[in-house]
Amino acid sequence: MAYLVMATGFILILIGFYGALTNRNLLRMIVAFTIANTGVHLVIVAIGYMHGRTAPIIDSAVAASDAVLRIIDPVPQALVLTAIVIGVGVTALMLAYAYKLYESKRTLDIGKFTELKW
Amino acid sequence: MIKNFAVFLLLLFVAAIFSALLVSYEPDTWLNLTALYYAERTAVDLGSANIVTAIVVTYRGLDTLGEVTVLFLSASIVGLVLARGKKQEHQQRNLAPAGELLVTGSRLLTPLIMLLGVYVFVNGHLTPGGGFQGGAIIASGVLLLLLTDPLKHFSHRLISALESIAGIFYVAIGVAGLVFAGGFLDNRILPIGELGALFSAGAIPLIYSLIGLKVGAEFSSILADLSATEEL
Repeated sequence: MAYLVMATGFILILIGFYGALTNRNLLRMIVAFTIANTGVHLVIVAIGYMHGRTAPIIDSAVAASDAVLRIIDPVPQALVLTAIVIGVGVTALMLAYAYKLYESKRTLDIGKFTELKW
Repeated sequence: MIKNFAVFLLLLFVAAIFSALLVSYEPDTWLNLTALYYAERTAVDLGSANIVTAIVVTYRGLDTLGEVTVLFLSASIVGLVLARGKKQEHQQRNLAPAGELLVTGSRLLTPLIMLLGVYVFVNGHLTPGGGFQGGAIIASGVLLLLLTDPLKHFSHRLISALESIAGIFYVAIGVAGLVFAGGFLDNRILPIGELGALFSAGAIPLIYSLIGLKVGAEFSSILADLSATEEL
């Protein structure tokens, strides 16, 4: 299970990289980055998964005394929570900059922005 | 052609690294030391049923404060970058009216979505969820309002006041933890109470509610900024 999720995450990262490197359209590149981002989240969550254990929440199903034996690693989940929120902020920033770039040249083609080319 | 070949080569290289990682990966059968500490001590020390919440709000509370700050920064930069593209007050865009289904649906759903968001962040220490998730749900209610009426004007003053007040109280609770309990953002300034009750886990529900309000306000301001920009 963990292998399956982790492999999916790696494949998503590769798809995202491929999309970001080959597409010329800024919006498509942003979508590609978001896909790669999702892949990273999947990989981190899969690292915390342990077979036969349950979510790190103590309730009637998991007593506080045997939580050590019953729960999966909570740290990657806390990390991914952070990463998702920051990912949203980064995506919003990328979209705002894409809007500004479109405003300046009336195009979303990255090949038209040659100021920093060498 | 050469460029595509370089991309292909690079991806092949990354894929090789990934497959090596995947092949050599062995799942843990036992919690590592950090996780072991959190699993053993959370219920006893902090009284929070959700261990992820305890890590996010208390054990790594300072990181979460930083995270909220990063989110605030990105929201304000979006506002700054898009500020010049804002449409004038008197200028009217001619838009096709939203369909009846969308209008009626959003009237019905928006209060329920807001309620769900509040429920999710108030119960962050008991159930899966918390301030960030609840804030995102609240912002999705705002998004529904904006979809129904893209010209709807949200009071930026109200949003930023809500956001700043939540931020100030968040830091104030952190400092109170420094004075009255073990350290910055320590949740034991309030009684820990019974594990699994709504009013338990000390200051965690309070802090997570403030985070929920702050994140909801930040996401809403990003959405309002993106929606208020002029169409080119």
